[in-house]
Amino acid sequence: MCLAVPVKVVSIDGDAAETEIGGVRRWVSIVLTPEVEVGNYVLLHTGYAIGVLDEAEAEETLKLFEEILDLSEIR
Amino acid sequence: MKFVDEYENAELARKLALRITNHSSRRIRLMEFCGGHTHAILRYGIRQLVPETVEMISGPGCPVCVTATADLDKAIAMAQLPNVIITTFGDMMRVPSSYSSLQLAKAEGADIRIVYSTIDAIEIARTNPERSVIFIGIGFETTAPTIAASLLKAEQEKITNFYILSLNKITPPVMKALLDLGEVKIDGIVCPGHVSVIIGSRPYEFIPENYGIACVISGFEPLDILLCIDKLVEQIENGQPKVEIAYNRGVRPEGNKKALQLMYEVFEIDEANWRGIGNLPGSGLKIRERYERFDADKVFPVSLTPPKEPAGCRCGDVVRGATTPPECKLFKTVCTPENPVGPCMVSNEGACAAYYQYFGLESL
Repeated sequence: MCLAVPVKVVSIDGDAAETEIGGVRRWVSIVLTPEVEVGNYVLLHTGYAIGVLDEAEAEETLKLFEEILDLSEIR
Repeated sequence: MKFVDEYENAELARKLALRITNHSSRRIRLMEFCGGHTHAILRYGIRQLVPETVEMISGPGCPVCVTATADLDKAIAMAQLPNVIITTFGDMMRVPSSYSSLQLAKAEGADIRIVYSTIDAIEIARTNPERSVIFIGIGFETTAPTIAASLLKAEQEKITNFYILSLNKITPPVMKALLDLGEVKIDGIVCPGHVSVIIGSRPYEFIPENYGIACVISGFEPLDILLCIDKLVEQIENGQPKVEIAYNRGVRPEGNKKALQLMYEVFEIDEANWRGIGNLPGSGLKIRERYERFDADKVFPVSLTPPKEPAGCRCGDVVRGATTPPECKLFKTVCTPENPVGPCMVSNEGACAAYYQYFGLESL
């Protein structure tokens, strides 16, 4: 039920956005995420973008993983 | 897929698991609230990866599973009304009610249609102006704003034959209820990722403050979940429980303000009936009076006989984390995904369905 997948916004028309994932395109509602811009990734849940993914935070988390890996190797 | 593949790295997963093992000195029990997490944990073999000191149990985070039989009976009674079309998410179709199921009712002639989105339900209302279209509103805070948005869209577009049966529920009150019940002792909670996209991290703060229990919000990929467990173990080992976000790309402390605003424009907090838990004050969402013309409960009153629970089914205990699916005598014997006795075996997020699909693989 609470499944949501990250999709890329390729165009915006009013309160709808065309999104793309793995070559598949679909129009979704962006009434819950009016701040979204073309090029952003959003979490798609039952036809609605429920949140805009933060790329900088995603990078941070990936960096954190790398740090953890290095530390574990030192152990 | 971006934002997915990079969180599935097996080498990193093993390193993270090793780190958890190194940090974990005493036995702890963690509850994953969300059914999506239950499935991911079993699917990716995370229970095998984490040390034996970390026990994972499933919680009540499957909206289909916690829908009370009485509420499902009501939806089916509405489906029998003349000139009504019921629209629902697919998960609900096969859940046994007291005397039937939506699928059986459909086979017997009721007009019940599966939709992917409330947007599709509105479209059905638009193209069937002479019929009454009722959407069965289930789901937590992840879904409730989308249902609110559909009601506002129907109002804006002057669609007068669209109604919502609101069975929506909110999560922090049920966490509190389980903790107050004290039936299952837990040290930490894997907090739901997509509920938290909407509500943020602050509504969980009472949990470490009042109960001393660690809370970390997790994403749904294997590395997300391991990172969450790592943070929970660290908090518990240090004796410093707090609320942390391990899903920073999706969750902000304040949540999605626009979604919350729309949700509370349409809904107000009310009591809700949870399978296995009962009536919980302040844990449900009912449609506000100013939108009552969309409220299926008000527009289509139905009389119901007292609900009947399936004999031997322990879904009520499973959603509280008091019983694991294999402890239920019906599990894999009478109750299977093909012939489910209770909702936890029907829903994609149900603990019984997850155990059925993946349990046993763990011992390989």
